[in-house]
Amino acid sequence: MPKGLTRAAPKKDAPKAVTKSAADDAIRCDACPVLCYIKPGRTGSCDRYGNHEGKLVRLDPHVVLDRAVERGESVVPFLERSRDWDGTLVSHGETFVTAIGAGTTYPDYKPAPFIISSQVEGVDMVTVVTEGIFSYCGVKVKIDTDRHLGAECSAVRAQGEVVGHVTTSEYGSQMLSLGGVRHLTGGSRHEGTATCETLLDLCNGNAVDLKIDGGASVVVQAGKPPVVDGVQEERMRVGCGSATIGMFAKQWFGKVDEVVVVDDHITGVLSEHQAGKLLGVRETGIKLKGRRSTPGRYFQVAEPGTSWGGTDVDDPLTILGKFNSKKAWPGLRLLMVSTTGEQHAYFELDDDLRPHEKELPPHLRESVARIKGNCEPALCTVLFMGGAGGSLRAGVTENPVKLTHSVRDALTRVTCGGSPVYVWPGGGITFMADVTRMPRNAFGYVPTPALVAPIEFTLKLADYAALGGYIENVRPLSSILRSRAGSEPPARDQFVHDAKGPRHITARPDNPWPLAAEKDVPNTRKKK
Amino acid sequence: MNTRAQIRWLPDGHRLHLHDGPIDLIVEAFGAAVEVETAYRAACERFTTVLDELCSELAFLRTALSGVSQSESREDGFHPRGAVAQRMTAATLPYAAQHFITPMAAVAGAVADEILTTMTTAAQLARAYVNDGGDIALHLTAGEKFVVGMVEHVPMQRPDRPSLFGTSTLEFAQPVRGIATSGWRGRSFSRGIADAVTVLADRAATADAAATIIANAVDLPGHPRILRVPARDLAPDSDLGKIPVTQAVAELTAVEINEALTSGVTTAESLLQQKLIHAAALCLQGETRVVGSVREVAQIATSSRGGSLVHA
Repeated sequence: MPKGLTRAAPKKDAPKAVTKSAADDAIRCDACPVLCYIKPGRTGSCDRYGNHEGKLVRLDPHVVLDRAVERGESVVPFLERSRDWDGTLVSHGETFVTAIGAGTTYPDYKPAPFIISSQVEGVDMVTVVTEGIFSYCGVKVKIDTDRHLGAECSAVRAQGEVVGHVTTSEYGSQMLSLGGVRHLTGGSRHEGTATCETLLDLCNGNAVDLKIDGGASVVVQAGKPPVVDGVQEERMRVGCGSATIGMFAKQWFGKVDEVVVVDDHITGVLSEHQAGKLLGVRETGIKLKGRRSTPGRYFQVAEPGTSWGGTDVDDPLTILGKFNSKKAWPGLRLLMVSTTGEQHAYFELDDDLRPHEKELPPHLRESVARIKGNCEPALCTVLFMGGAGGSLRAGVTENPVKLTHSVRDALTRVTCGGSPVYVWPGGGITFMADVTRMPRNAFGYVPTPALVAPIEFTLKLADYAALGGYIENVRPLSSILRSRAGSEPPARDQFVHDAKGPRHITARPDNPWPLAAEKDVPNTRKKK
Repeated sequence: MNTRAQIRWLPDGHRLHLHDGPIDLIVEAFGAAVEVETAYRAACERFTTVLDELCSELAFLRTALSGVSQSESREDGFHPRGAVAQRMTAATLPYAAQHFITPMAAVAGAVADEILTTMTTAAQLARAYVNDGGDIALHLTAGEKFVVGMVEHVPMQRPDRPSLFGTSTLEFAQPVRGIATSGWRGRSFSRGIADAVTVLADRAATADAAATIIANAVDLPGHPRILRVPARDLAPDSDLGKIPVTQAVAELTAVEINEALTSGVTTAESLLQQKLIHAAALCLQGETRVVGSVREVAQIATSSRGGSLVHA
């Protein structure tokens, strides 16, 4: 791997004009007046910009995550601070060193780039910080929508290449599985590159255009609403059609004779539903198309689509048969509504028991608004999933399997860019992490193609020694970030080479502090 | 003020990080708060024009001074305009007659010296340092000292060795005000095979130039298992042009290590005699030689491990 190119940031971050020299493949960098000619695979004199396959890329410096109250990136500008200079020395907060920009010692026969100790409540904690090169990795995307995005197992394309597939539908959401080794390295070179770029963009919080074979086009961006066929999704359904009946039956009782909640999965009918029965709702003689599951619950009332409740229905009456003349009556009041309340229509039966659309009466508007109000904002969520392989583990300990056991035994905490992870049970250290809880642009790539993701292992110093860690390589945190406690700084603190000095960002308050004792770890993701 | 230059505090809130293009400085001053602030302000103001000054005469600074004697250079138009460029030229000229050298060999040290001098001229400081990527300019007053940590070069780090292997105390009474390190593993190209040569000298610029010369001398010319590549093939605008620079060194035998180090030591001793340096530590594949009699290298000498100034 070319020196310095392990941290190639997305091309968007380096919009520098680049001119090719006619004589060779060198490019000219105009980031500063030195105007270096940079050969492919090399960096300029600053070590910050490099030539990656003819493109100028920016290489991020090491990122240091600070435990602070505020969220977001903050470097402390000198001039701003000096305006209020009072001559006092600010105290130094807690700092956790993330792996972002740490570099890697791939193929990892050497100790990880940074092995750092810090005192936490009197116990020496060790954080082994590395950037892993993940060929076995991908993202799991959850798209909050009722709209039909495509059939299960359909190919998902980016830049025309297959980068993954549609997997299961979950409650109010459609799941996509993107990336994985077969798309990264198992297909054509272009497929691998397209997959790598898609994963990198998604993980770094950028928007990606995806096209599902035989289905919809979706713009996916972590933490943002999905855009399906050009329409931004607003709400995630309050529940399935049947559940919606259950939730709102009491509020409808007496105000309307029949309610149908249209849903591609389970359409609910108030008068037949258990909730309606319990309230004593009179039978209405309504006839639903589709397959009845249990009373008041219908499957497959229409085809999947991007309209009412994720069906292809634009006119809700098309899912109804004729009313039973023995049970229905003229003037019967019927409300039809989708699972998000986004679509609704109100009908009354005429003397021939045919429904006619009327304006929604004010006393029903409230219930429709309540369905909407109980929906959560529709979002795309992106979980990075990767496996810390044998060689990466070897950067932590001479006995790689011991690290796996230590993670299993909960002695070692794994974090990804300072964000918590879910470690899969079973063999290996296969984990998932929410990319929106990491600092932006935490991911990089190598031309393999593979993603470069940060990974940190935190454990007690004694446990680290016990699992065969590189104890001799453990450095105090102060050698990465100098603090000045006493009048005379210890020798180790002097002249730390900081040419790629730590970048300073604040930790997210909703992330558990990686170095916190177990009892302090908040296990909630607090709702705003 | 140029808009590229970034000036900010490091996370500890004490040290300034000054960055512009390829220049990264870590600056820290000690003394009365008002003096420290004055010094920092002066450093920042001076810093913002340094890179533009250097680039305005980059072509000259990348030209070999070889064969030009000190007296000649002053008469044939080799007159750098900028203060930093003058420091670079002054630091490299002593080698021009016998070596290929360009003023660029002292650029890091010269920038460090310039910023430190700006600070100490502007304010009364007890002590201060300017660290330019490992090339360090120091300011000391009576009773003050610096403790310098030595670690093994990170690429050489091995699990069976501690990373911090020695410290060195620099006191006011000693003449050392500059430290610099050179080697083929570093950021700049080297013609030799030393992992690291660390030099203590009067100034950072002089230490920088000397470290380059000594590191070049630690060599085994013609050795088949040393990969050398013309500098311009790696960086088309390198001041070293066609000159081969070291890209990889195979594991050497004890005899070969001794031979290469001895060559470097001979050069270092010559520089010591000319009073160009005060001390040097030469490291190659785990072996270290120390040249110089001053007290500050005593602790380095007690360690048999190779290393360089802290490159964390």
